[in-house]
Amino acid sequence: MAFLFRYLRLIVGAWVLVSMAMAATPSGAQHINPTAESVKEDQLLKQTKRVVGECTLPDRKACTLEQPRGRDWRGWYQGALRWIGGLAILGMIAVVIAFYFIRGPVRIEHGRTGRVMRRFGGFERFVHWMATVCFIILALSGLNLTFGKALLLPVIGPEAFTAISRWGKYAHNYLSFPFTLGVILIFLMWIRWNLPSRIDLQWMMEGGGFGKKHPPADLFNAGQKSIYWVVVLGGALVAATGYVLMLPFWVTGIVGMQIAHLVHAMVALLYIAAMIFHVYMGTVGEEGAFEGMWDGTVDENWGKQHHSIWYEREVGKGNSPTLPPPPDGKAQPAE
Amino acid sequence: MARMKFLCDADRCIECNACVTACKNEHEVPWGINRRRVVTINDGKPGERSVSMACMHCTDAPCAAVCPVNCFYTTADAVVLHSKDLCIGCGYCFYACPFGAPQYPRVGNFGSRGKMDKCTFCAGGPEADNTQAEFVKYGANRLAEGKLPLCAEMCSTKSLLAGDSEIIADIYKQRVVKRGYGSGAWGWRTAYRETVAL
Repeated sequence: MAFLFRYLRLIVGAWVLVSMAMAATPSGAQHINPTAESVKEDQLLKQTKRVVGECTLPDRKACTLEQPRGRDWRGWYQGALRWIGGLAILGMIAVVIAFYFIRGPVRIEHGRTGRVMRRFGGFERFVHWMATVCFIILALSGLNLTFGKALLLPVIGPEAFTAISRWGKYAHNYLSFPFTLGVILIFLMWIRWNLPSRIDLQWMMEGGGFGKKHPPADLFNAGQKSIYWVVVLGGALVAATGYVLMLPFWVTGIVGMQIAHLVHAMVALLYIAAMIFHVYMGTVGEEGAFEGMWDGTVDENWGKQHHSIWYEREVGKGNSPTLPPPPDGKAQPAE
Repeated sequence: MARMKFLCDADRCIECNACVTACKNEHEVPWGINRRRVVTINDGKPGERSVSMACMHCTDAPCAAVCPVNCFYTTADAVVLHSKDLCIGCGYCFYACPFGAPQYPRVGNFGSRGKMDKCTFCAGGPEADNTQAEFVKYGANRLAEGKLPLCAEMCSTKSLLAGDSEIIADIYKQRVVKRGYGSGAWGWRTAYRETVAL
């Protein structure tokens, strides 16, 4: 009997061992998926268009795992925006050249009388030219960021192009302040002369300064009022989005930054196109216009022709056209 | 030639951050620059999942497309690198990158960004391979020594794979077949317009 018991223990022990071994081996039918509850990437992207989680870094931006929207931003920026902006600017240059050769500059009908009257004061001219110089540098440095790679880089090579782009970036950031100040002052200085009125409707219907019969206008005609509002509203938009871009992620997340960039770039490109027309009209496009903003005075006949309402009021106030003082300050008798 | 990619097996990643530490140490990455990071989705909830993310070295890299000074280039191994000498710190590459790879040191006033820094797939930069000049700017160049990125080498669970696209996709596929589950190659569709067929 003892003999049997000894073997029994062995047999039972062996049987237990074999059973345990069989139980431990995974059977083909029992596949546990421990991550069945977990989210999938496609699911997250469909829901929220980005994948955000938690991370151990203080920079909250690092917790975004994926934002495929960056690809869309790239598409808009490199595609639509460059085409629209580029065509707007080139188109405007073409329009201006066509105007010059087909219509020709607008002349002072009855010629200059030689007598001049005050049009813009020193402060107004200072603000205008400060904004102008800032705008030109801002525009060039901005255009360089969008188009420089294609147009300038092949010409001057990478090192020189990087140097120009870097200094352009610094200029763009710093000159934004005097430019914004200029836009604000322009807005305040001239707001009362740029409110739309019935005279503007009349002026536009009669073809403005290009029409047969020059319609009357006050200090600013309807064309100039349009430029004013482009400058003020466009300037406000580029300044606001510009400061958002210059202080990255201070007020908004990446989506806001992408939108701010597209708005800034698009408005700026259209702004440049509009200013090209303004520069044309203010220089070669209209005889006698430039000196109003440069010297501050305009010829009598220019005033009567282009801004008759303004002319009448100014003469009534005592701002009569007079002969300009001779350059050396001493009146010479006629020989 | 090889087409280098990263693949993070989100089912194996345990958020140990060994990859982050390895990268930081190997390249002496300064404070505030996060070349590699681990992001945990649904943290603390059932179905929590962690993914290690750095630069994915995309096909048709959006960072390269939007750079105003063209400072990016793609090597023969399809690694996307850039030149810090040409970079002007404009920040556009960060807006374009779907993965948030570009990092900038805060050096100037306003929000001024310094030169962009990012994961180089341990392949250095335009300077001559394994020189001090290259190390100071871009970190170690392991690829030139015939080695793979250190983050993947140091991964404690071998969830982060780095290397030739075919090889790592194959490894991942075998894993998925053997264990019976896999959440896919995170980021591959966005980066490479393809995914690992499981």
